[in-house]
Amino acid sequence: MNAVIIAILVLAVLALLFGLLLGYASVRFRVEGNPIVDQIDELLPQTQCGQCGHPGCRPYAEAIANGEAINKCPPGGQSTVDALADLLDVEAPTLDAEDAGEPVKSVAYIREDECIGCTKCIQACPVDAILGAAKQMHTVITSECTGCDLCVEPCPVDCIDMVPIETTLGTWKWDMPKPGVELIATDRGRGEAFADQGEAA
Amino acid sequence: MTRLHSFHGGIHPPENKRQSNGAPIAPAPIPAQLVLPLSQHIGAPAEPLVKVGDRVLKGQVIAEPIGRISVSLHAPTSGTIVEIGPRRVPHASGMEGPCIVIDTDGQDEWIEHAGLEDYTQYSKSELINYIRNSGIAGMGGAGFPTDVKLHLGDDHIVNTLIINAAECEPYITADDMLIRERAAQILGGIEVIAHLLQPSHILIGIEDNKPQAIRALEDAVRGNRLNIDVVVVPTKYPSGGEKQLIKLLTGVEVPSGKIPADVGIVCQNVGTANAIYRAVHHGEPLISRVVTITGDAVNQRHNLDVLIGTPYKDLLNASDVRRDELYRLVMGGPMMGFTMNSEEIPVVKTTNCIIAATEEEMPPAPPALSCIRCGMCEQVCPAELLPQQLHWFAKGKEYEKAKHHNLFDCIECGACSFVCPSNIPLVQYYRNAKAEIRQEEAEKQKAEYARMRFEARQARLEQEKIEKELRRKARAEEAAKAQASKKDSAAAKPAAAQDNVKALKTAAAVARTKLKKAEKAFLAAQESGADNLAELEAAFKVAEQKAQDAQTKLEQAEKGGAPAAAGAPDIKALKTAAAVARTKLKKAQTALKAAEEKGQDGVEQLRDTVTELEAKSEAAQKAYDDAQAAPAPVAAPVDIKQLKTAAAVARTKLKQAEKALANAQDSGEGDIAALEAKVKEQQAKVESTQKAFEDAEQGGGAAPATPAIDLAPLKEDMEKALAKVEKAEVAAKNAEEKGLPTAEKMRAGVDKLRGKYEEAKKAFEDAQAQNASAAPAKPAIDLAPLKEDMEKALAKVKKADAAAKNAEEKGLPTAEKMRAGVEKLQGKYEEAKKAFEDAQAQNAASAPAPTVNLDELKADMEAARGKVEKAEAAAKNAEEKGLPTAEKMRAGVAKLQGKYEEAKKAFEDAQQQNAASAPAPAANLAELKADMDAARGKVEKADAAAKNAEAKGLPTAEKMRAGVEKLRGKYEEARSAYEAAGGVVENNTEADTVTLD
Repeated sequence: MNAVIIAILVLAVLALLFGLLLGYASVRFRVEGNPIVDQIDELLPQTQCGQCGHPGCRPYAEAIANGEAINKCPPGGQSTVDALADLLDVEAPTLDAEDAGEPVKSVAYIREDECIGCTKCIQACPVDAILGAAKQMHTVITSECTGCDLCVEPCPVDCIDMVPIETTLGTWKWDMPKPGVELIATDRGRGEAFADQGEAA
Repeated sequence: MTRLHSFHGGIHPPENKRQSNGAPIAPAPIPAQLVLPLSQHIGAPAEPLVKVGDRVLKGQVIAEPIGRISVSLHAPTSGTIVEIGPRRVPHASGMEGPCIVIDTDGQDEWIEHAGLEDYTQYSKSELINYIRNSGIAGMGGAGFPTDVKLHLGDDHIVNTLIINAAECEPYITADDMLIRERAAQILGGIEVIAHLLQPSHILIGIEDNKPQAIRALEDAVRGNRLNIDVVVVPTKYPSGGEKQLIKLLTGVEVPSGKIPADVGIVCQNVGTANAIYRAVHHGEPLISRVVTITGDAVNQRHNLDVLIGTPYKDLLNASDVRRDELYRLVMGGPMMGFTMNSEEIPVVKTTNCIIAATEEEMPPAPPALSCIRCGMCEQVCPAELLPQQLHWFAKGKEYEKAKHHNLFDCIECGACSFVCPSNIPLVQYYRNAKAEIRQEEAEKQKAEYARMRFEARQARLEQEKIEKELRRKARAEEAAKAQASKKDSAAAKPAAAQDNVKALKTAAAVARTKLKKAEKAFLAAQESGADNLAELEAAFKVAEQKAQDAQTKLEQAEKGGAPAAAGAPDIKALKTAAAVARTKLKKAQTALKAAEEKGQDGVEQLRDTVTELEAKSEAAQKAYDDAQAAPAPVAAPVDIKQLKTAAAVARTKLKQAEKALANAQDSGEGDIAALEAKVKEQQAKVESTQKAFEDAEQGGGAAPATPAIDLAPLKEDMEKALAKVEKAEVAAKNAEEKGLPTAEKMRAGVDKLRGKYEEAKKAFEDAQAQNASAAPAKPAIDLAPLKEDMEKALAKVKKADAAAKNAEEKGLPTAEKMRAGVEKLQGKYEEAKKAFEDAQAQNAASAPAPTVNLDELKADMEAARGKVEKAEAAAKNAEEKGLPTAEKMRAGVAKLQGKYEEAKKAFEDAQQQNAASAPAPAANLAELKADMDAARGKVEKADAAAKNAEAKGLPTAEKMRAGVEKLRGKYEEARSAYEAAGGVVENNTEADTVTLD
């Protein structure tokens, strides 16, 4: 009988102790905000283009954290979708876009002769990458442009083009070597069929 | 001798060096055109200083460095700038880059140049800058600006300087030949470097496959004051790699992600040392270098001293190239170099070798097979990596994992690819993976930057919004203020002031309430004889002070807030203050008395308080009187009304006091003296208020043309005084009868009162006389109020009479008193009547006697008659029913009858008067006629109704008949009035007929 009481007491004391410990830890090491949102935001391309239907990348990150689909970022491309799927540990869906390939990085370019200086594109630019003033010619600060093409729509004279970024000596990169072994004709079909099956599965 | 170490892995590819090291270095011919890429090395490209068309001399600076990791560019020979633009540059991509193109003039004309006399005299930074401006970049392969490496001494302690003469790549013999021929110069360069870095130990690492070079170096080093060791290392690729050579010579491994300087070691190429020597001792910038031209496709495999910017084409031509056999043109060695797809590409500062290979020499890579996980790559990797794993990661784009497997420690030496049995182009995988990772990081950085900019913009917009809102609010406030000030200036800020006054009033009221409470508590305590009297008193005083403060404030506010209407409210406030003071005084007096009676200790104190209060009360009263005496003329009418009310109130109070006194006298109880004093006080008050009222009236009436004194109040006064006298007399008599000791006193009081009465009477008479004699245009006295007064008096008399009778019948002791009251009232009535008659007479006598409104009088008369009739009916009813009130009612009827008679008489008088006075206006006839007709109509209607009722045998028939009679009487009257006025009744027969029916 005595032993039982002692056991119960010991367990109760231990429970109290650990409860206090946990309570203290939950206060002391409280996580401010949702860390997953920051991680998702990190993966998004930060073009702030709004093509996902959210006003900027962070709102979309928050939406994803709340269960929104992860394949709504055309500027990020499939690689972003994959990265998000990896982070969230879900099956990677295909990119939800019209031309679902890797996105072509581009920057806005203002045909300066045609610019009338309406400042509409300046107001539209989410990263303040357009320089200009009312009735003055505007120009895009290329290094700041994220290529979100939000400035194209508001332009009343359609003088903004999205120009793909050219590869320079600095940005050139080695290609992935082509697979050295060419499959023989009969195997090629099988291989693809196998690949399809794999995808389907 | 230094102990030799070894590094992991390494391979032994065919050397192929003998083809090109047989001939001495020959100067290359000056080509017709030089193409100088602005970016010849790692770091920022240089900025051109020249423009197209400029003639430049040999050694002239044509582009200056931008940023820290950058060097100058010099014209390798004299000529003209023909183009600054994109040209193909030696890059693995085969792309174009910005270049300066010089058309040489063949004169090879030097710009003025001279070496430094004694470089040791220069400061370190001057010397390093000199080297930088000489355009010297690492000539081993990577082309890292040399000055940066030499600068490292500032933040790193350099113990060991390693001169890299290993030249491990196959085919290349440029360094070998350079050492053989210019060992002394190289040593000169090493001395400069050593001067800058001050190493404790200098090691020259050279592979054992260059015996002549080793000998030349040892000869040069011998006798040198510096601690230089020529260390011969076994031939093994890639011992020429910086980190590998360091490991080989010192046994120190440069940690991943660090530079050799971090472990106290700096590594320089022999070619760089030579260039430094040329620059420092001869003033020649880096405009040429030794390039090995080799390969099976050239007949002459040799080393040439080539001007930077010389296109390969010219070099190949100078080496007797067999273009038909040329299969691949490789820049650099076979292991690390890359294939060039154009002969137009120029030699740059890092170009050490050009291999013009035939197809047999460098066949196309066999197709890559799958990795068999043989592990040979791992065996040969000099960086001790896991090439196989890296291959998988790179292939699977698992860059994170590749990074974790130290992909960036790979020196891309190609040893793994060299040994791979499956011919997998491993290096290319790594290069691709590295590029992808770099790009990803760049994008991430850019994304981070974009986010920062986005957030900054958001913050800015938010800030702007807030500022806008604030500005809008400020504007709105300003507008509101402006409007308010406008309104204020328009309305002289009454609202605010009033609000203020209101608030103060509330505060004052609260203070007063508190004061009262405190008083009460104090009194209660006194009565009960509590101990804390002093305390309570203090509290009481504080409360009092507060109340006074509040009151003062209120008064001030009122005075300041409403200067236009100052008089009235101020007086009110003062009055209130005075009243409060009086109340307090009284209370205190009472308390004092009580205390005296009880013989308590605090009597002295109380007495002081009473005195104080008395003073206060007087002051308040005085303030009030003052205020009253000097009322604003505008406010006079209001004031007068107020004063009148005040006077009336005072009188009422006096009466009450008198009553109380009488009561006390009657019963012989209580403090008669006190009551008497009270009565006196009240009298004084009444007088003062009355006087104030009169004054005000006079003041108010001074402006208009009629200074007529209102007799009524004076009269009232007089009457009151009389009443008082009478009362007092009665009381005195009473007292005498009862033999009270106060009887004598009372008698004196009666005398006093009588005196007062006399005064009042005199005042009244004076006023009357004054009024009478005052303005000739004195307006007719309105009879109506007088009449009303009279009637009221009569009513009172009757009531009193009835009450007295009642009392008599019942044998009540108050009967006699009542009888006296009745008499008094009777007297009053008589007076009123007389006043009325006087007024009537006066009116009648006064010049153009205004037409008395007959209609009104008639209406009065009729109303009176109606009342009489009603009353009669009611009385009859009561009699019939045998009610006890019947008699009373009968009396009332009689009274009403009297009134009616009066009204009738007044009407008739007025009629007569009207008739006698002005010629009756003709227009009146029509009215009278209308009246008459209306009366007749009524008679007819009533008659018909009555007949109807009779026919039906209704009980109301008789009544109706009476009504008809009445109406007929009215009609008769109207007719007679009409006839009197001169009208002719036309259809009177008709009327008669109707009447007779």
